[in-house]
Amino acid sequence: MPARTSWIPYALIAPSVIFLGALFLVPLVQTVWLSVSAGDGLSLENYQRMAGDLNFSLAVSNTFLLTLVVVPIQVVLALAMATMVTKLDKGRDLVLWVLTIPLGISDLAAGLAWLALLQNTGYLNSALYALGLIPGPTGWLSQETPWSLFFAIAMAEVWRATAIVLVILIAGLQLIPKEFSEAAEIFGARPWTRFRRITLPLLKPSLQSALILRTVLAFEVFAVVYALGGRNFPVLAGEAYVWQNDNQNYGVAAAYAVLIMAISLAATAVYLRVLRTRPEQLP
Amino acid sequence: MTAATSKVLEPGRSTTLPSARRFLLWTGIVALLAWVLVPIYFVALGAFGGRLGVFRWPKSIWPTDLAIEPMMQFLTIEGVFNALINSLIAAGLTVLFSIALGAPAGYALARYTFRGQNAYRLLVLLTRAFPLAILALPLTVSFIRLGLYDTPFGVSLIHTVLALPFAALVTQSLFMGIPREYEEAAWVFGCTRFQAFMRVVLPLALPGLAATAIFAFVISWNEVFAASILTVRERTLTAYLLRILSESPLHYRFAGGFILIIPSVLFIFAVRRYLFAVWGIASK
Amino acid sequence: MADIVIDRVVKEFGSFRALQEVSLTVNDGEFVALLGPSGCGKTTLLRIIAGLETQSSGRVVIGGRDVSDLAPRKRRLAMVFQNYAVFPHMTVFENVAFGLRMQKASQADVRRKVERAAALLHIDGYLDRYPAKLSGGQRQRVAVARALAVEPAVLLMDEPLSNLDALLRLEMRTELKAVLREAGTTTIYVTHDQTEAMGLADRIAVMYGGKIDQIGSPLEIYATPATRFVGGFIGSPPMNFIKVRCAQGKAQIGAAVLPCPVAGGDIELGLRGEDASLTADGAGIPFDVRVVEPMGSHLLLTGSIDGQLARIVAPPTAKVDAGARVGLSVDPSRLTWIDSGTGRAMART
Repeated sequence: MPARTSWIPYALIAPSVIFLGALFLVPLVQTVWLSVSAGDGLSLENYQRMAGDLNFSLAVSNTFLLTLVVVPIQVVLALAMATMVTKLDKGRDLVLWVLTIPLGISDLAAGLAWLALLQNTGYLNSALYALGLIPGPTGWLSQETPWSLFFAIAMAEVWRATAIVLVILIAGLQLIPKEFSEAAEIFGARPWTRFRRITLPLLKPSLQSALILRTVLAFEVFAVVYALGGRNFPVLAGEAYVWQNDNQNYGVAAAYAVLIMAISLAATAVYLRVLRTRPEQLP
Repeated sequence: MTAATSKVLEPGRSTTLPSARRFLLWTGIVALLAWVLVPIYFVALGAFGGRLGVFRWPKSIWPTDLAIEPMMQFLTIEGVFNALINSLIAAGLTVLFSIALGAPAGYALARYTFRGQNAYRLLVLLTRAFPLAILALPLTVSFIRLGLYDTPFGVSLIHTVLALPFAALVTQSLFMGIPREYEEAAWVFGCTRFQAFMRVVLPLALPGLAATAIFAFVISWNEVFAASILTVRERTLTAYLLRILSESPLHYRFAGGFILIIPSVLFIFAVRRYLFAVWGIASK
Repeated sequence: MADIVIDRVVKEFGSFRALQEVSLTVNDGEFVALLGPSGCGKTTLLRIIAGLETQSSGRVVIGGRDVSDLAPRKRRLAMVFQNYAVFPHMTVFENVAFGLRMQKASQADVRRKVERAAALLHIDGYLDRYPAKLSGGQRQRVAVARALAVEPAVLLMDEPLSNLDALLRLEMRTELKAVLREAGTTTIYVTHDQTEAMGLADRIAVMYGGKIDQIGSPLEIYATPATRFVGGFIGSPPMNFIKVRCAQGKAQIGAAVLPCPVAGGDIELGLRGEDASLTADGAGIPFDVRVVEPMGSHLLLTGSIDGQLARIVAPPTAKVDAGARVGLSVDPSRLTWIDSGTGRAMART
């Protein structure tokens, strides 16, 4: 590579480094700082207030529950979609386009779309009424029906964010040469075995990045929940928003932010460890 | 990546599927398509059905008594139009910043080996392990001080943090896909580095850059949390909708949701050829 | 037109020395091939001449002008790249015109020179097409036309034929020779293919391990290799090397006795497979044949001389069976004697 002009790459990355430094690293430190400073010194007061809040344990358990339910479903569903799509010989592009539409839809809009379906006088209830299952408009998204609310939120999340997993997995599948699977077939491996023994292990890097991306975003979940259930279903990011905007307490909001970051980092670390691929195993 | 992406997935060895399995496959596909499209369809019905449509009971799944008025009514509500404009400004600026900052970095990563390269890559990848929108929380204070609070410009800055790493990684592979030899040929035949970039690299990278820009736009257009934290009066559309969520009638919410969805659908259509290449790269 | 002087050029990549004090003079209008295996530094040297790579030390002088520190665009040269580097977003015409446009040539000039270069390489029929619609051979022609259109003082070619299939390569080689002869441009041509180098070049510089092992006309290089490497790299089959012991100016292999250039000690005998002939009576150097490969124009015999691997070329009609022991006679004046220690050929007597 040309050595004569070694300052060029630095000039090229400098703007983005400065930018990320100012708007990523600095706020990162600020958040942590804000969360441990109260009044005039360092203290864990913000964390104590956070933990003592009525909604705290509910927000933690809700967020975890949602992530644990939604992310695996998304991965399995996306794998199923990808497998089906690869089997298509007609209309593949159109099918892929439709399946990836939710990729461009914000969580807020997704929540609103499912609200149209699930509200009291919505289409679900109309269908259930037509089938004679319910006597009239029924509420599913209130505090009195926590499980159906949870179910609705999970559905909306699966609906919205499976697309991104699908895209990452299909991009990964494209990198796997067909010959591997064909070789296995010649040696007598049945489709399920081929999928489990050939495709899945080779797809591991893609699965890893999909899981990291999805899990980090799942712990940030917020607008879908608000659109469907308001504050009936507390989640971590929602609590951070409320403490910041409604209570104007930046310290506790920062404590929530640190908690979310810690969980995200821990989840990323777990995925990196559990799903690591040794370089020599890559095709 | 330009050539490879036009054909997403080689046609498999599927032509030999027996008809029973083919039927099953298509049933599954149709179910998936319905799963994706039905909620969009219903929110559209809600958006154009107006107040009466929302409370009609029981509902028909067919588009009855739709009208353009409810949507127009929504758009003329105080603040909605302004929010729409703010969203467009923030997204436009996000596109501008993330390309202007990300593409040079992508070019440097693609074309040079330099000390600190891995540190830079780590910085970019690190952003992915963090819930970035949350970082808007401490920025409130400094943004107020700098006069950036409650401006689309301020929102676009934090959205650029979301879009920039993505832009850098995607443009890196974009530039890697353009053989070095093209540039070298241009140099030998009389171009300066800059001329070679403008005459040879840029024309070849343009479609990919456009796709990157569209992704940056969608990232900003859809972002709710940071936009809500950093604005009060000059809200973006998502922030506005979130704010009025609890007090506005349902048909307004649906109208808002519908407006949010429309550009996304069009954009995904526009970049569908790049989708898989872009994410294949960005998720490495 | 210009000559090229490469003066003690060194290139280091970190601690790796890709080129060690390479010096080479290419005369005005001469065609020199840089020949060697991959990693020998030939492409690095070419890229240094082009200015695409910067030498660690040493000078490059083109037409009396020291261009060592000049950007590629200021060196007044043209280059043909291994992968053609024909711009995909420009028509053939615009590709060929590219260098002229950068020189801000007038519209009429551009048209005239492009048409001439295109006619020379028989691509005048596709000037309006985009490269994607062309075959590999046609793209190669465009790349050469683009280089010739600027009427460069110096033309650099980096393995230009290596991406073509065998038949096309042969055809392009012949054509290239004719076209370049007509243009009279000073040319440096990098290749790892000895037949290409032999067929095209006025002189060949054989490179190995970042050094030029030998420079000379194709015939010189073939007949009198300067090192063991050159002997082994040039020619098909490669030169055979047989370790022998000399005593009193003579070396004995089996019953055969050959005159040695040294009085005594271990030495290597370099023998071209074509330079040995089978003796009728089995006398001479004993050769144990293991495999016989009929190649059409000749028989390729693989076996051993004195327990050491050797390949011998025999007439296609020769009657030789695998497993047989045959006798070889050689012309002592066509032998190369190599110092086992240095790997260099000894002075011929």
